[in-house]
Amino acid sequence: MFAELAMPLFDQLYNFAHWLTQDRSEAEDLVQETYSKALRGFSSFQAGTNFRAWIYRILRNTFLTSRTGLRAANTPLELDEATEALAMTETPESIFIDHTNQKLLRDAIDALPLHYREVLLLCDVEDMSYKEIAETVGIPLGTVMSRLARARGELRKALQGKLARRSND
Amino acid sequence: MTDAFSIKIETYLDGELNAEEMRAMDTHLRQCSSCSADVLAQLQMKRANKMAGLRYSPSPALRSKIREEILRDTSPSWQRWLAIPVLAVLLIGCGLYALQIHRSRNQLYSELIDLHVATLASANPVDVVSTDRHTVKPWFQGKIPFTFSLPELANSDFTLIGGRIAYLGQEPGAQLIYQIRKHQISVFIFQDKALSNVAAMPGKKFSFSTDGWSSDGLRYFVIGDASGDDIQRLAQLLKSAQS
Repeated sequence: MFAELAMPLFDQLYNFAHWLTQDRSEAEDLVQETYSKALRGFSSFQAGTNFRAWIYRILRNTFLTSRTGLRAANTPLELDEATEALAMTETPESIFIDHTNQKLLRDAIDALPLHYREVLLLCDVEDMSYKEIAETVGIPLGTVMSRLARARGELRKALQGKLARRSND
Repeated sequence: MTDAFSIKIETYLDGELNAEEMRAMDTHLRQCSSCSADVLAQLQMKRANKMAGLRYSPSPALRSKIREEILRDTSPSWQRWLAIPVLAVLLIGCGLYALQIHRSRNQLYSELIDLHVATLASANPVDVVSTDRHTVKPWFQGKIPFTFSLPELANSDFTLIGGRIAYLGQEPGAQLIYQIRKHQISVFIFQDKALSNVAAMPGKKFSFSTDGWSSDGLRYFVIGDASGDDIQRLAQLLKSAQS
């Protein structure tokens, strides 16, 4: 039962773990510890509820208690999360991403503060709903939306800067 | 661009607007080129994020390690739950089997001793009276569904007294009476299949010395109040006659 639910998520969990830790070895340890904890605590998982959110939450919480996680989580966010989601800014055509610009985008995602990076990855890469993200990260729905907006805004800003610098070179 | 719609573009692309808002946004996008362009750009950005985000692949070694860990941890779990009753059933089963064997053996020897005692108490203990094995053995022909060999006793202190038909578990067999000094010894021969699966063995039962073995589908029992050594020696003579 556990294996049937957990193993299909293995690739995604590893990908997410690597994004969080930004290190292969730490990601492997994190995934292994996550599976180990999930297995031990599987009896507490309520059948019929969201297993994906449950195991991602274990992974995230495990990461946050690690040295890397503590350091990343303590990075101050520039935006007060109580404020409303940022209004959309125009997206310049210059940031349309093709394959050659993928490294720029990855570097930009890597550079995002943890709390922005994780909601962006859970939404755009893992295709989680806002509700699932809220459940995984343990924050209100409104905070999910504001962090997402902020993450995307930061990403656009970073890409604009990188592309501008490249065109000036 | 209309602000009320533009601020909802992300939520729209994330599929988080309700059905009514979704319809309103669709209608608006058909009329607003600015918002349409913005939607297109953000959609491309979202797709780019997805492509960029699927960046890392786990090693096969990690996959195997975790799979093994899951199997190891889940196996003992069900094995533990299953093993306890299975082990209990096995232990109880083994105990009952051992008890059954013990009871069966005791019951078998009790019946044989009864037969031996009853025979000796009888006014006519044997139906064929002869010290000659070549007389006694043929007497059983047609009376029991098997045949057997008897030893030459010329150089021993055992004497063949005679034989009779005995029944054990409603199966016919041969009972031979031998004598050594003043002691009379019964030798019972039955078909293996007629008896329960109980191994015969040398020992003492109710002060009678006993021995037993299986050979060529026949089960032999030697019972008497002679010493254990005498019983063993007669048993050896009988065994040598069969080989």
